Amino acid sequence: MLSIKNLHASIEGKEILKGINLEVKPGEVHAIMGPNGSGKSTLASVLAGREDYEVDKGEITFKGKDLLDLGADERAKEGVFLAFQYPIEIPGVTTTNFMKTALNKIREHRGLEPLDAVSFLTLMKEKMKLVEIDQSLLSRSLNEGFSGGEKKRNEIFQMAMLEPELSILDETDSGLDIDALRIVSNGVNKLKTPDNATIVVTHYQRLLDYIVPDYVHVLFEGKIVKTGGKELAKELEAKGYDWIKEEAGVAS
Amino acid sequence: MSKLTKEQIDQFFIEQFESFEQQLNGEKSLPLHKTRKEAFDTYKQSGFPAPKDEEYKYTNIAKAFASHISSVETSDIELTKEDVQKHFISKLKAINLVFVNGELNTSLSDLKDLPGGLIIENINDAQTKYESDFASYFNKADMAGADNFFSLNTAFTNGGAFIKVEKSAIIEQPLACYFFSTSQKNDMISQPRNMIIAGENSQATVIENFITLGEHASFTNAVTEITLEQDAIFNYYKYQNESDKAIHVGATMVEQRGKSVFNAGSFSLRGMMLRNNLNIAIHKPHSETNMYGMYLLDGKSHVDNHSVVDHIAPDCESNELYKGVLDGKSKGVFNGKIFVRQAAQKTNAFQSNGNILLADTAEVDTKPQLEIWADDVKCSHGCTVGQLDADQLFYLKARGIDEKTAKSMLLKAFAADVITTVKVDALRELIEKNIEERI
Repeated sequence: MLSIKNLHASIEGKEILKGINLEVKPGEVHAIMGPNGSGKSTLASVLAGREDYEVDKGEITFKGKDLLDLGADERAKEGVFLAFQYPIEIPGVTTTNFMKTALNKIREHRGLEPLDAVSFLTLMKEKMKLVEIDQSLLSRSLNEGFSGGEKKRNEIFQMAMLEPELSILDETDSGLDIDALRIVSNGVNKLKTPDNATIVVTHYQRLLDYIVPDYVHVLFEGKIVKTGGKELAKELEAKGYDWIKEEAGVAS
Repeated sequence: MSKLTKEQIDQFFIEQFESFEQQLNGEKSLPLHKTRKEAFDTYKQSGFPAPKDEEYKYTNIAKAFASHISSVETSDIELTKEDVQKHFISKLKAINLVFVNGELNTSLSDLKDLPGGLIIENINDAQTKYESDFASYFNKADMAGADNFFSLNTAFTNGGAFIKVEKSAIIEQPLACYFFSTSQKNDMISQPRNMIIAGENSQATVIENFITLGEHASFTNAVTEITLEQDAIFNYYKYQNESDKAIHVGATMVEQRGKSVFNAGSFSLRGMMLRNNLNIAIHKPHSETNMYGMYLLDGKSHVDNHSVVDHIAPDCESNELYKGVLDGKSKGVFNGKIFVRQAAQKTNAFQSNGNILLADTAEVDTKPQLEIWADDVKCSHGCTVGQLDADQLFYLKARGIDEKTAKSMLLKAFAADVITTVKVDALRELIEKNIEERI
């Protein structure tokens, strides 16, 4: 589904990603872990099409298409979804209006009729339950005045509405208390199907108790230096990242 | 005609005034003409406002006039109903008043079967027919903000509308005033002068829309005087989607003589140089004044909104919110003055001006000005100038919304608190459509 080969990316002339290789197949959950500044969020942003980053080398294909050829909106239409680490507040745009516009753009791309007001509301109500989000939140301006937990739940709610094939969760656990973390993880797990895939970017292992990965990749200084199963995350939690740094240092 | 000097412009209007006087014949003996002559004397003291006049520093009307207005002649163009109706605001159910080069055109206007309590007359006839109203309400030359363009307009008062909403009358349909400049054959000067009386306990809405026809330039110097009596509620909207050859100075002079509510909305989309002077004097306690405005500009349009709110009485509230979106080489100017006189204790006066620049060639000059002599008041003012937020744009795009739609959503959100104040649906829809089309 997703194939990243020798990806190099930089921002303002500073190279952040230095040769990433990653294969993601339908139904899989991949965790990307790593110390701060290793390039985890950059990788998530590059996949979603953030223009601040320059891709210097390498290729990304998604369902056989060259992802780097597509703008952020086209990637979303193809089924890529980024749950933001810091969801953006947009005063004056209600969550409902935003979601309706986004959903109908994506449906249009998939050759589906736009949803009428009634079906849209029915769908919203159904998906809201998934992340236990209060309806009053949705008539308010997007993320404006939302608590950290509400913002993250709103991200997963959007994911539920748009039904992406590839979801990238960028440090969705940061700033979440344990109750909110369970709600969010539960939502993500319910959305899992054999046809979609998830990339979970996180600094800590805790989230992976709830969203269980098939693969854990350790990102360090812009490269994936180690790949393993879910037990690798536990090892990292117990031993910290220093031994990875040492191993990587020895290897290079 | 080559570019005029200020002296030549002053001389030009002296000659214009002489020939205007000649065509007035018998009307010269009526009281209005005394007012005209006095106004022209006032005007002549310093003549056409030039940039050394602080109030016209950022908006050089004299230069625009000198560079673009030349072959001025009286127009012989006759407009038909079809000509004017295609410029009417679509889906708007209104009492339509059509002004051609400043004068109310009776055959093109809906003057028959007016609702009860609404009087519309030619201002020249009203001076005798409604003599006491005229004496009481015409020529607010003593108001703060009355400048030399106001005096010039008063001097050329001719053929505008006298509009009176009588005591306790509620006029359900808005009055839509369309001001046409017929610039098909040559440049046109027009100086519409209207006066509106919102009687005690009355309610009405007026929309002003300025339209230049043809390829030649126009100079419009408009004045609308509005007086609100006790318990009147009056809504005033000004809409400008003018030709690129239109130079406009328009003063709206509002006196809240009784405890009343005045709501203003000003929407500017295009024009060579547009200057709106909104001057409001609040005379009675517990009055409310709301002023909203939006300018959405591209190309080389230049729009200047000047407002003066004069709090004379205590316990009143004024709110002012103007928002601008500027693209291309357009220029916006905002200058908001609030005076709170010593007697105007317990005044609440708020003012805010926000701007988004879509191009680095666009420019905005914004200047709030508060002068407060009372000591127990709540006043605030603020202004912002920024760009469309790149993070917000990316967030919308990351959800499948294309750039064009995303920008339009963000601009509508930015303008929402201004646009939602427009109570006339057809006008609000027109403005929303303008925003969508502009992106």
